[in-house]
Amino acid sequence: MSSQDYTPERAERYWEKTKALMWLHLAIWFIFSFAIHFFVSPLNTITFIGFPLGFYMAAQGSLIVFVVQIFLFAYQQNKVDEEFGIAEDA
Amino acid sequence: MKGDFVNNLGRIYTVYTGGFIGFVIFLAILEQLGVSNQIIGYLFVFLTIGVYAAIGYMSRTMQVSEYYVAGRRVPAVYNGMATAADWMSAASFIAMAGGLYAQGYDGLAFVLGWTGGYVLVAVLIAPYLRKFGAYTVPDFLGSRYGGNMARTIGIIVLFACSFTYIVGQVTGVGTIASRFLGIPFEIAVFVGLVGILVCSMLGGMRAVTWTQVAQYIVLIIAYLVPLVILSMQKTGVPIPQLMYGYILQEVAQLEQTKEALAGARAHMVPFTTFNPLNYFALILCLMVGTASLPHVLMRFFTTPSVRDARKSVGWALFFIFLLYFSAPAYAAFAKLEIYSDVIGTAIATIEDVQALPDWVFIYGAIDLIKICGIGAGNAQALFDACQASGAEEVIRFTDFSINPDVIVISTPEIAGLPYVIAGLVAAGGLAAALSTADGLLLAIANALSHDIYYRMIDPQASTKRRLVVARILLVAVAILAAAVASTRPGGILALVAWAFSLAAAGLFPALVMGIWWTRTTKQGAVWGMIIGFSFTLFYLVGTRYFDMPLWFGVSNISAGLFGIPTGFLAIYIISKMTPEPSAEMQDFVRQLRIPKGGVMMEEKS
Repeated sequence: MSSQDYTPERAERYWEKTKALMWLHLAIWFIFSFAIHFFVSPLNTITFIGFPLGFYMAAQGSLIVFVVQIFLFAYQQNKVDEEFGIAEDA
Repeated sequence: MKGDFVNNLGRIYTVYTGGFIGFVIFLAILEQLGVSNQIIGYLFVFLTIGVYAAIGYMSRTMQVSEYYVAGRRVPAVYNGMATAADWMSAASFIAMAGGLYAQGYDGLAFVLGWTGGYVLVAVLIAPYLRKFGAYTVPDFLGSRYGGNMARTIGIIVLFACSFTYIVGQVTGVGTIASRFLGIPFEIAVFVGLVGILVCSMLGGMRAVTWTQVAQYIVLIIAYLVPLVILSMQKTGVPIPQLMYGYILQEVAQLEQTKEALAGARAHMVPFTTFNPLNYFALILCLMVGTASLPHVLMRFFTTPSVRDARKSVGWALFFIFLLYFSAPAYAAFAKLEIYSDVIGTAIATIEDVQALPDWVFIYGAIDLIKICGIGAGNAQALFDACQASGAEEVIRFTDFSINPDVIVISTPEIAGLPYVIAGLVAAGGLAAALSTADGLLLAIANALSHDIYYRMIDPQASTKRRLVVARILLVAVAILAAAVASTRPGGILALVAWAFSLAAAGLFPALVMGIWWTRTTKQGAVWGMIIGFSFTLFYLVGTRYFDMPLWFGVSNISAGLFGIPTGFLAIYIISKMTPEPSAEMQDFVRQLRIPKGGVMMEEKS
């Protein structure tokens, strides 16, 4: 598709999708930055590979989620770009 | 040659890594042959700096886009490594594990805060700044909010948060260099200065990028090797990150049963240092600050595409993660060692005291470990001090104090490893401090040379002239930072923690709103930055120097908790009150959101 086909309507739809993806990932970010750690004490009663789970989530669990999340976001956003024909030429 | 270099990165850095490992093994053999520790220290410091300098020299350039954004040819993985080195400072390398030792669970606020911010970078900011094609963060502000006002405020915020930070890094370089070269701190600072300049002056961003990759490799090897060996010794499994859960169980066991540990706070129990409000406020400020610090954001200007900019954030966080998820293991192993072999140990007779581990006296001699109130280099002094202080039978928790920096540095000695490993750790700390200093130096000097000189003073300046000015300013900023650092400004170092709240409140709202809300006006952004920044500064200065009471008990370091929402609110309200941006500006924002089509701010050739 040529860039001439990128009408304002398509731009609008593209941006809606991009925004939805943004909010989704901010929600995941919020959960693993804050929400899950509100429950550190109850989580600590569970043991996970030798760690109390609440401690583990702050020391490693959330970090792993962040790393995976960014790669996932990059993949998803690229899919959206391609769908609307505005990804960069590889 | 240039094309060759980028195409052969994998091979070049594999050879480099192998060469570095070979170099460490060679030094280990020298040590066995009886070469003195001091010579090994010299070889470590000078050979690593020499390699960085060689990379810096080979990456010299006379092209503006090479100097400012490494020609936008840095592949995502390598930019990730460079960003990780750029990001992880002497504080991450040396002090973080110590903080975790002292604060237990609450110290994890730093681990979370200094990683989660990259999600915000990837989702909200970096791809769009890359599309715009800025050379600096103020450059984007100046273009989006038309005019020099937004640009100038951006430079002020940048300077406020980056300068104290670079002074901290230069101090770190000086401390390590002085210890391993045996020269006075004031001179070591200027040795460090040379180390910083050789990496950045000739090649700008291009040189800094390739030295940062090299520095990352050194720092991550140096961080992990002692820890892996220690884990192997203590648990039989060379994966410390998995094994320290069991170590922590033993620590918890000791905390509950060992009488001498009375008064020690439980390592895994939350909210013993910070209350929940301050814990979460600190995480927020560190995360949002991460996503606003100019020396981090500008690294993502160097990728070949918007797509690569996003992926590169993932790689950056992955490489940062390798160190950050290991730091708590350092704290755990050190704590078990200290709780089982030092605290509760009998000191009733001089023979008992002589039986203490050697490293207690090695670090006691330089006052980094204090027992019974003194830093003792030998058993007799320690015995006398403890008898005099009333701790006659055993060392109690309250008799013992350790400088947080010692946790990482002393691990080789705790594990009984040869001196070459201690030298390796020092080389790693040096790499961490140098790489961060380089990134900060470029962020500051480029804002002066590109935004002030080229954009505001002489837009007609020739390429040659711009690059000469850029280098003069670079050297001037570096000398200024070293001069300030050589006075050992304790007060300034405490202010480094402020950088996060100041950047978060001053820059984050204007960057995010400028990209995500077309309606954001120039006045809205300018006032939003001024209000967010000065409000945060007011709280920081007021609570620290003028006995202003804390609001809702929110500690100084988390001032951004008030500043960030204030900045957003100010931008929103004032933008609503002012006429909407021109059609051209709205079109500019729409362009920003389309990855295809190359950068918007093309350099005239």
